[in-house]
Amino acid sequence: MFASLDFSIVLQAIPAILQGLLYSLELTVVAMVGGVILGTLLALCRLSSNAYLGFAAKVYVDLMRSIPLLMMILWFFLLVPLMTGVRMGPENSALITFTLFQAAFYSEIMRAGIQSIAKGQINAGFALGMTYSQTMANVILPQAFRNMLPVLLTQTFVLFQDTSLVYAVGARDLLWAAKTVGINNGRTVEMYIFVSLIYFVICFSLSMLVKYMNKRIAIIR
Amino acid sequence: MNNYHWNWGIFFQTIQNGDVTYLTWIIQALGWTIAISLLAWVIALALGSLFGTLRTVPHRGLALLGHAWVEFFRNVPILMQLFIWYFVVPEMLPHDLSVWVKQMDPQISGFIFSVIALGLFTSARVAEQVRAGIQSLSRGQRAAGLAIGFTTFQTYRYVLLPMAFRIIIPPLTSEFMNAFKNSGVAYSVGVWELVFVSNQMVEETGGQVIESLIVPTILYIICSYTANRVMYFIEKRSRVPGLIVAK
Repeated sequence: MFASLDFSIVLQAIPAILQGLLYSLELTVVAMVGGVILGTLLALCRLSSNAYLGFAAKVYVDLMRSIPLLMMILWFFLLVPLMTGVRMGPENSALITFTLFQAAFYSEIMRAGIQSIAKGQINAGFALGMTYSQTMANVILPQAFRNMLPVLLTQTFVLFQDTSLVYAVGARDLLWAAKTVGINNGRTVEMYIFVSLIYFVICFSLSMLVKYMNKRIAIIR
Repeated sequence: MNNYHWNWGIFFQTIQNGDVTYLTWIIQALGWTIAISLLAWVIALALGSLFGTLRTVPHRGLALLGHAWVEFFRNVPILMQLFIWYFVVPEMLPHDLSVWVKQMDPQISGFIFSVIALGLFTSARVAEQVRAGIQSLSRGQRAAGLAIGFTTFQTYRYVLLPMAFRIIIPPLTSEFMNAFKNSGVAYSVGVWELVFVSNQMVEETGGQVIESLIVPTILYIICSYTANRVMYFIEKRSRVPGLIVAK
């Protein structure tokens, strides 16, 4: 059963795999950076004294969190060309979908982070004569961000795994590369085993990093 | 958007390769989605509890086994794991078994492998929660169990686990909801569940995107919400008296 496996295909496949991996990583980084920025804004909206703004942000976050990502990817990929007439291709479509989707999850993390800061910190900011936005930007958010760093990274770990779902719209990610090379050469078994290992190594390293940060940050706090 | 032709009538048309209407097809798809999610959840809860508990027992080898289980199933995306089960595992089986698996109705084999893949993937997450629950108990609990003459097994059975499970119901709730949301990956191995059917509907109806996607989306939301309420009910009934949440 193992005798028929031929892993020499893996060597030939490396350029294709690298290209796929690069897109998966690009998707992860773009969705993380965009998601954290948008998520922080959403969190600020939810905590603001403006009830409408808070409600709108809550509806957005709850909606995103209750729809499976796979459905979101399909919605965005199929609906945007219909509504705007712009055909952007599965790769770019996924970049936007992931950013919008992850923003909801990052916003919950940032909200928890902001709420974990002692109230005295805001008062201290005001007492120094800072405005609300200055207090947020210079006092509250940096602390919230640091406290939540392990959780933000854990979410990124989930995000990286979820990038494989872009398979649904045929975006050329790591899994797509494995499948295509595998089918073209009749070597799907070897390719799937190899790419699983790549996913495992990346995710395992990331989870080790989170563990390490958890320890360090727990000590500083 | 202005020239989008709404056609809610498509739900009453018959599907291309069969004699049921799209509405019936979606309801059947909902059945597959629920079946995959619930069966996977049963597996996840059983194996997750087992391996999560193993991680905390005072035995090096067993703890390592629990740890290996979690890392193994947590660090590969669910879709990739499903591909491994569906495309790779049958090749590794002994010849007769391999032939038997490959000759199965693709619906059934896709369904079985989806349940296994989703069950094991979720079990690693459940195991993490169970471990966290047990470790959150004060050390005195374990000591108390052992002090009144319980064996390690009895200490877990009567002291630690009953407490731990009641504490971790909220995180388990989100894992339960995730099981529903993740069940959509079964479409990739040809199971006729909600994602598969909505994709198929878009194609067959010549691009009635909104109608085709909105019903499955709402069904997903209803599923997760129901799962949430069921878990909340259990949570309320099983609150530990004396903790902050119990009031």
